[in-house]
Amino acid sequence: MLSRVADSLYWMSRYLERAENTVRQLDVTMGLMLDTNSANLEAQWQRMVAALGRPTGMTWNGSLHEMTHKLVFDQLDPSSITFCVSAARENARQVREEISTEQWQRLNRLFHQIHSPNAQAQFRSSVSDMLASVVDGIYLFKGTTDTTMIHGQGWQFIRLGRYLERAYATATLLEVFQPDLLQQPAEERTGHLYLELVGLLRRCTSFEAYCQVYTADLSTDRILEFLLFNRDFPHAICYCVDGARQAIEAIQESGGRRAPEELIAGIGKLHSMLIFTSIGEILAGDSAGFLHNIRAQCLRIHELIYRNYVQYSIQSALAV
Amino acid sequence: MTAGHPVELEPLFGDYPLDQAFDEMRAPGGEVRPQYRALAETLAALPADELRRRKQSVDLAFLTQGITFTVYGREEGTERIFPYDLLPRLVTAQEWDRIERGLTQRITALNLFLRDVYSDAKILADRIIPHELVYSCRHYRRQMRGLQVPRNVYIGVVGSDLLRLNTGEFVVLEDNLRVPSGVSYMLTNRRVMKRTFPQLFSSYGVRPIEHYPQLLLSTLRSLAPEGRPEPNIVLLTPGVFNSAYFEHTYLARQMGIDLVEGRDLVTHDNIVYMRTTDGLKRVDVIYRRVDDDFSDPLVFRADSSLGCPGLFNAYRAGNVTVSNAFGSGLADDKAVYAYVPKMIRYYLNEDPILPNVETFLLGEEKDRKHVLANLDKLVVKAVGESGGYGMLIGPHSSARQREEFALQIEANPRNYIAQPTLDFSRAPCLVDGRLEPRHVDLRPYILFGDKINIVPGGLTRVALEKGSLVVNSSQGGGSKDTWVLE
Repeated sequence: MLSRVADSLYWMSRYLERAENTVRQLDVTMGLMLDTNSANLEAQWQRMVAALGRPTGMTWNGSLHEMTHKLVFDQLDPSSITFCVSAARENARQVREEISTEQWQRLNRLFHQIHSPNAQAQFRSSVSDMLASVVDGIYLFKGTTDTTMIHGQGWQFIRLGRYLERAYATATLLEVFQPDLLQQPAEERTGHLYLELVGLLRRCTSFEAYCQVYTADLSTDRILEFLLFNRDFPHAICYCVDGARQAIEAIQESGGRRAPEELIAGIGKLHSMLIFTSIGEILAGDSAGFLHNIRAQCLRIHELIYRNYVQYSIQSALAV
Repeated sequence: MTAGHPVELEPLFGDYPLDQAFDEMRAPGGEVRPQYRALAETLAALPADELRRRKQSVDLAFLTQGITFTVYGREEGTERIFPYDLLPRLVTAQEWDRIERGLTQRITALNLFLRDVYSDAKILADRIIPHELVYSCRHYRRQMRGLQVPRNVYIGVVGSDLLRLNTGEFVVLEDNLRVPSGVSYMLTNRRVMKRTFPQLFSSYGVRPIEHYPQLLLSTLRSLAPEGRPEPNIVLLTPGVFNSAYFEHTYLARQMGIDLVEGRDLVTHDNIVYMRTTDGLKRVDVIYRRVDDDFSDPLVFRADSSLGCPGLFNAYRAGNVTVSNAFGSGLADDKAVYAYVPKMIRYYLNEDPILPNVETFLLGEEKDRKHVLANLDKLVVKAVGESGGYGMLIGPHSSARQREEFALQIEANPRNYIAQPTLDFSRAPCLVDGRLEPRHVDLRPYILFGDKINIVPGGLTRVALEKGSLVVNSSQGGGSKDTWVLE
């Protein structure tokens, strides 16, 4: 597969995953804000923005409605939903011949839907309805991707992008929330904290999954354990890293080139770390550092993907 | 379409005007031509709003499918759906037979001309075409001199524009030998029509065109370099900002070949490779949708970043086929065009089946005087342009525009030709729910590999604005499906 094409598929997938993440964060945060007194609104908001990967936050102008509008529609804001959907579609447009017509139509429709005056009207009448329709569009695209596209290299690059983005997003989320929630002494548990913990799980669509594993008894260390190490839940970091690892191996098997050793080692190390570390070790040690390390490794894996598949030097390729 | 009782057709046409221009659907007396009878009856039998409803559903389908083209020079809304008309244009088997024979003859001669000019140049030595006309052509490539191209085919893909004059006769307006576009709209229109008028379509016995991508692929395969039995064929596009990008992706997908940009290609030891996730992969045939100028910065325009450095040398070495060949644009120069009938006689010893439009070369003093005196009656075109750019339509121009053009002509007469303003044929189009006549042309697509293949039909382009003579999509033109009848 052409390197440029692989690159576009990878980014198309990352951007859609990012859009989905923004939608969910927004939806949960707006729900929580109903229970928040106005003094804490800005803090809530900025924490969410930090969880979207922007530690410096956004300029708060006092109006939740306007801030939300910006995060949904601002075409220049790199974490806005419109920006991410447009970027995903632009990437898809550049590899139009590689994805199926069904996929393209779903994504294109989502793009036109979010740019139509209708979307503004829907936003005014009900923000959560509007967000729900965006998520529907994204799910539809993902389902179509799995059912109409050849599960070859291109599809694997889509998976790779999705899982890497998701692992990074969950790690960022935990890192941002870790000081506030996970370090509260047990006796300070209040109804408010319970809402926060439910919110944290819902930010990764994992509340119901958590309950199936641990019952509705919410505890911070179990939440951390679940989101870090669960091997069966698609938003847990361990699951995502394993998915990315499988995608890299499948790409490797379908091509004939020499093994990208560094890349395989990089993803393997991260995967082993997640499998063989226990939650006790993390809570006893530097949990913030551990989370930060996951993010750093994700970034490095991204770089290695580039160096091996997209921007390799011609000399090295001719030498094979 | 036998309704049992005759359908009243008069209300359908209302105040539909007829004049001296040929109307595709109605004879001068107003009666519907026999081949259009079934179509007219179907239309007359439809409820008033039905056509509009069908059109809307197709519009929406086009938008979600991203069947759009890009308009240059406008900030917002640069991506537009291609305007099309729901009513088909019909071509009878007899008319098509003549077109097919005429184009085959013409393309054969044009290809022989290119081979001749880039090798022995006999036609120039025999004074059939003046030297200076050829060597002053903007699209003449001296780098092509003495270069052997695979199977001696320079022009693998051609789209010639035909007009029908008021005598009912088809003439050739121009040949597009560089990177003719629009074929994806031909294929899309057909799909739309089958969905919109299924019964009508099947009752008509329309010759199929859907195999075009497959024909194109086998044409390209037949042009592969010697000793490459499983050639790697790619389509080279300038990229997503090109107005025909939709078409490039469409054709690549339909043929199952890679769509590459210049930045995906590298050359090493005169071999072209593409960068893949598995390393470099050799490229054998390039279906090029990039102009000569932008193909290789080492040989052509140095400031272009769209092409692939070293491509021309690899081509010269015979390691890669590029179609159409570099320098093919020489034969679609609008001044060289005037000599095509002479070429046909010279190379094939035949009379042209499809005539040319009368053309004045402004490089010739006698012609120039005549044209400058009659600018308000003629159409003046820059010879190297396409897409309806660089054109003056005399009867629709202002005195000031004519003055400007006169100055440009005086400054560089070789760069211009003039033709009479043609009253070419009109076909009924659906405008605001009513039928109105609009000017149409016809662009069939000709493939030249082992032999010449023309899929029966082509793109009927429509000047959607009332009275307009410009059919180019970049200038507000639309299209119709073309049904060649059995």
